[in-house]
Amino acid sequence: MMTGAQILVESLMKEGVDIIFGYPGGVLLGVYDTLFDSQEVKHILPRHEQGGIHAADGYARATGKVGVCFGTSGPGATNLVTGIANAQMDSIPLVVFTGQVATNLIGGDAFQEADIIGITRPIVKHSYMLTDVEDTARVIKEAFHIARTGRPGPVVIDLPKDVMSAKTKFEWPDKVNLPGYNPTVKGHLGQIKKMLRMLESAKKPLIYMGGGVVSSEANEELVKFSEITGVPVISSFLGLGGFPGTHENFVGWLGMHGNYASNMAMAEPDFILAIGTRFSDRSTGRISGFAPDAKIAHIDVDPASISKNVAIEVPIVGDCKAVLKQALGEIDKYNWDKMAQPRKDWFAKIKAWDKEHPFDYDRKADVIKPQYVVESIYKVTKGDAIICTEVGQNQMWAGQFYKFKSPRQFISSGGLGTMGFGFPAAVGAKLGMPDKEVFDIAGDGSFMMNLQEICTAMQYNIAVKVAILNNKYLGMIRQWQNMFFNNRYSHCCLDCQPDFVKLAESFGAVGMRIDKKADVENAIRESLKIKDRPVIMDFSVDRDENVFPMIPAGAAVNEMLLK
Amino acid sequence: MMRHTISVLVENKFGVLARIAGLFSGRGYNIESLSVNKTTDENISIMTIVTIGDDRIVEQIIKQLRKLVNVLRVRNVSEMDHIEREMILVKVHATQRTRPDVFNIVNTFRGKTVDITNESVVIELTGANDKILAFLNVMEPYGVIEVVRTGAIAVSRGAKTTSEAK
Repeated sequence: MMTGAQILVESLMKEGVDIIFGYPGGVLLGVYDTLFDSQEVKHILPRHEQGGIHAADGYARATGKVGVCFGTSGPGATNLVTGIANAQMDSIPLVVFTGQVATNLIGGDAFQEADIIGITRPIVKHSYMLTDVEDTARVIKEAFHIARTGRPGPVVIDLPKDVMSAKTKFEWPDKVNLPGYNPTVKGHLGQIKKMLRMLESAKKPLIYMGGGVVSSEANEELVKFSEITGVPVISSFLGLGGFPGTHENFVGWLGMHGNYASNMAMAEPDFILAIGTRFSDRSTGRISGFAPDAKIAHIDVDPASISKNVAIEVPIVGDCKAVLKQALGEIDKYNWDKMAQPRKDWFAKIKAWDKEHPFDYDRKADVIKPQYVVESIYKVTKGDAIICTEVGQNQMWAGQFYKFKSPRQFISSGGLGTMGFGFPAAVGAKLGMPDKEVFDIAGDGSFMMNLQEICTAMQYNIAVKVAILNNKYLGMIRQWQNMFFNNRYSHCCLDCQPDFVKLAESFGAVGMRIDKKADVENAIRESLKIKDRPVIMDFSVDRDENVFPMIPAGAAVNEMLLK
Repeated sequence: MMRHTISVLVENKFGVLARIAGLFSGRGYNIESLSVNKTTDENISIMTIVTIGDDRIVEQIIKQLRKLVNVLRVRNVSEMDHIEREMILVKVHATQRTRPDVFNIVNTFRGKTVDITNESVVIELTGANDKILAFLNVMEPYGVIEVVRTGAIAVSRGAKTTSEAK
């Protein structure tokens, strides 16, 4: 006989969990007492539950494994809410355990009671309230299965205190039995052939890929597909890394702050093959101006993402990697030179747009331009680092000036846009990928939101690098107020801020302040020498720099502002 | 904007109704009526949801419902030959003078009178949506005091069941 808590820990081991991010609390004391004896599962104590869940998220994005975190009942659980919503929006597999008061107290407004199942219902892939210890192993197995298969997402398991102390026999089920859950993996071959036929005769085709290519790791298949068919590739923001940023077929990324060529191209294709993307408003701009003349085929594991925002002619439900493999199996049966000349012209047109307006900034400026910092990180790390971002201008510049080679290299809160995500995510990513250099490209605003995790990084010797692009503003807010609100800088000015060097040092971490352009590269090089603790680099950047190009809200993809 | 009747077969588990109701409210879909009860298998419930929306919205609703782990089958019965019924209890103002007229109409609609006082009658009526609406319309001049409706339930014609749907 084992307690629910013992079954829980045993089940985590069965699922191959090697690391959990958790914060103990009253109702979880039994679980924590069991964890105390566990040698196999490494437990990381964040300094705030939100930091813990973002770290689990960063770990999941960097490794492709399921991220696991714990929070106690009541405030512990509610502190996880932003992290759950963040994972749901970006389809990140998490299993989130929350403590709950004993079953006989539920509903009585007990101390630290919150209806976390109710609170999180709209932002989870699925959730369980464990009411019988007999269900523990089955529920955990199901939760991991649901989190990682199909369109991945967060699953919450609420653990009442008495269920965790009740005893039963531990039996690990052989397989899951979920009659209402059966995600499609392989695509319908007839639909795939239809897509290939349409692609074969398209004069101005595009591949538009998103985060689904990253999560299914379909990058090699996609490169092959693009090379054989000769079709240019445009990424969504979260798709970055899913296709090599240096590949000649790569046009760039689409959307509000994506590159000129990608956005201009999106206004005129005659055919789009969309792969693992959900046509978010930040990518498409005004829907009526988005590829108005194109027929669209869409590969996605989530049928509800197909024809949600944009009408789709050829839906193909299935895993991106599996469907691309099927397509590659058929690809020799088509003549990819059929439209050689118009496609050559099309590609030349796209390249000309790119030449006309590449991502750029004033390289001759004496002050430190934030873009220069990102470019220097790219140069020093040779494009091999894992780059996490906060949210806002820092995030956009990271996407613009770092070229990603492979999936899981770019970690950013795309859908929810969570400030304070990047730093804890970097901590989690580094724990998952200890041999990689991990940077958090941060703003001074976002970094303040979860900087308590410097302490976590110190405790576990996590050598992440934080590059604060410090403009003493909530930069993206200032940019919009500058452009659309007549320079009325309402509450975006962060003149009052800590001395980030001293702050880092107070934790025992390394702090650097860089206010000369000539010192930027060197500081980044120096930071790489530090292997046992976090480095906080405070770059004093040009305060008034704006992110360009830009599609204003409500405008179409080809209505970009260039400055 | 069309009226659609959707049958949803769900596992009879904790919180399923909340998940479905939450899906509708969270995504801004409207529910005209929702009825739910156990099937012959007590572990499985069937819901009949009546919603109003254009084809694109109804397609999204069905896809989103299918994504829920506890949802076993979803089908849009409006798209097939089906039978739909709703029961209503209507309290109508009826005096000695107007009662014969009211009874006449109730008989025409094959309703039942289930309560009578000096000022009112309560009528029980079953039928499809158009019949119910027509009846309420005809009753209105007499003074409808209160209407309580069960919401629609629906079943397809023929031997095929909801559980055999995709």
